[in-house]
Amino acid sequence: MMDIAHRIEQINRHDRHVLSIFLTAGFPTNRNFIQLAVDILQAGADMLEIGIPFSDPVADGPVIQQSSQAALQNGVGLKEIFNYTKAIKQKVDKPVVLMGYANPLLHYGLKTFLDHAQQSGADGLIVPDVPYDEYHNFWNGQTTALPRILLTTPTSSPDRIKAIDETSQGFIYCVSVTGTTGDRNRINEKDVKVLSNTFRLIQNNKMLVGFGISNEQTIHQLKPHCDGFIVGSAVIRRLMDDNDCNSRNTLAYIGKLSKACNK
Amino acid sequence: MQPLSAYKWPDAQGKFGDYGGKYIPETLVSALEHLDTVYNQLKQQPSFQNELQDLQNNYNGRPTPLSFASRLTEYYGKAKIYLKREDLCHTGAHKLNNTLGQILLAKHTGKKRIIAETGAGQHGVATATVCAKFGLQCVVYMGKLDTQRQQMNVFRMKMLGAEVRPVSSGMQTLKDATNEAIRDWVANVDDTHYIIGSVVGPHPYPAIVRDFQSIIGRETRQQIRQIENAFPDYLLACVGGGSNAIGMFYPFMADESVNMVGVEAAGQGIESQKHCATLSMGTPGIFQGMRTYLLQAAEGQIAEVHSISAGLDYPGVGPEHSFLKDRKRVTYRSVSDEEALQASVLLAQNEGILPALETAHAVAYLPYLMPSTTREQIVIINISGRGDKDLNTLIKNLDGSLL
Repeated sequence: MMDIAHRIEQINRHDRHVLSIFLTAGFPTNRNFIQLAVDILQAGADMLEIGIPFSDPVADGPVIQQSSQAALQNGVGLKEIFNYTKAIKQKVDKPVVLMGYANPLLHYGLKTFLDHAQQSGADGLIVPDVPYDEYHNFWNGQTTALPRILLTTPTSSPDRIKAIDETSQGFIYCVSVTGTTGDRNRINEKDVKVLSNTFRLIQNNKMLVGFGISNEQTIHQLKPHCDGFIVGSAVIRRLMDDNDCNSRNTLAYIGKLSKACNK
Repeated sequence: MQPLSAYKWPDAQGKFGDYGGKYIPETLVSALEHLDTVYNQLKQQPSFQNELQDLQNNYNGRPTPLSFASRLTEYYGKAKIYLKREDLCHTGAHKLNNTLGQILLAKHTGKKRIIAETGAGQHGVATATVCAKFGLQCVVYMGKLDTQRQQMNVFRMKMLGAEVRPVSSGMQTLKDATNEAIRDWVANVDDTHYIIGSVVGPHPYPAIVRDFQSIIGRETRQQIRQIENAFPDYLLACVGGGSNAIGMFYPFMADESVNMVGVEAAGQGIESQKHCATLSMGTPGIFQGMRTYLLQAAEGQIAEVHSISAGLDYPGVGPEHSFLKDRKRVTYRSVSDEEALQASVLLAQNEGILPALETAHAVAYLPYLMPSTTREQIVIINISGRGDKDLNTLIKNLDGSLL
């Protein structure tokens, strides 16, 4: 099986930017979650990020906070999330990355978590509240074949970006704006400049841009400065609005974004 | 084990042993590093320390008295009880000790906008106060439930020109207000300084807030030597996040004869699950920027907690307290809502001091401690705040029983 870095490389080689879609595990429902994920991948997403809900998600804006709260009320836990991952991977051969805050991982046991995540077929892991400085402390020498993906932000210095690039595996999650997750209509010139600088500094990894990506215009605007896009809140918000259980509007929206990722 | 005289925490990584650290989104890392650098430079500068001391003396009303509690001492007939009167600070609690220091930091880092979280509203008021004094914009996040139980303080903050933003996520209390303040800071880190109100959050906050609050213990040390020519045998303080307690304890850390007790909120009882006894009942985890003891529910979600006192209603605790618990340097105990209410009455009617409900938790430990003390010993309670803000809660819970 091809690892996630090579998958991104392969997609880029076909003149396409990667489109990664974020879903909160167990949202809107547990029952239909696997089908929803499969539909999204078939509607044009190149990969999936599955958010492990946490009661206190400080990096997230209102939309993902709300979906996390709803998912927790639906009773989703790590055992279910590993099962979802496995089922999705069996149905569609595309990368699935897990994203979760530190405490639920710690509570589960880091070694067990990494083992179970790998057994589920997950292709990577993002922990938004373990920045580069705490990476070694947090993992405490724990080794794993599961790529651990680090984030950069507009406030990361060039030296930090280089160090993050040395450590991150799989790809780099480049946060486009200073702020929490949430859709924004456009990214301003200053942030675009920062983004292109970051893109130039990163030598070892592919770079996917996330936070505030919500329309085709932004995708076209940022294409020269990254290898792919991550869209979360804008998708979750559409899922909230979609009354039919087929999530028709959401899937149509993903189709449009996917098209924008082609050359 | 390292001798306590060499107590020098946190280490260079911002850790108190295994606790503390900087578990926050990458966006904030550079701001925290900058704050750390600026603070370490400033604290060495006599001009900064003089400016702060002048504010502490001539604006905050320091030093606060160390009052002998003669009737309370008589009541128990055991050790002498002294009260460190932080309730007499400007704005009615120890919180201004910290906000005065931090507003000077903001001034030196050139930040024009201040944000804060608040539980009982005391830290919110203290932040609004220094923002008014220094002419800076102030936004205070406060859980919606707390805006209801502490209406007086909401109005005080507004009077002082602050904007109070009610937070309706989660339990609508202190932890949710803190989440929201962190999110605001992530979005506005370029022009905003976040004044955290307790010894919690990512490094360097637990160290900065401790240093500013330790004026409490430094004064106490001097005062008790003047009055009694002795060291205290026991220090008592309530612990939510733990800033008044660390402020009292820290200067005595190397004095091994001084016993320290931190009193947490047992709410409706530690068996009830409706409590905030983090150090007594919690387990280590990562939350709001720090590794520390936490009250956790299934799957590492943060537990829903309860205390009658909004200032203690918090599922975490400062990382240094976690460290001091494991090192057994400080003993942590808990008392219930009911015991705290009774202690408010006891202190009010014996000493003419109406304590904050948070503070009343420390007073409520006396029945457990006093029988084992002797007449030669000295007990000091940190009276961290006054109780005027709690009148609504007191009326609801005590009116009728006082006749």
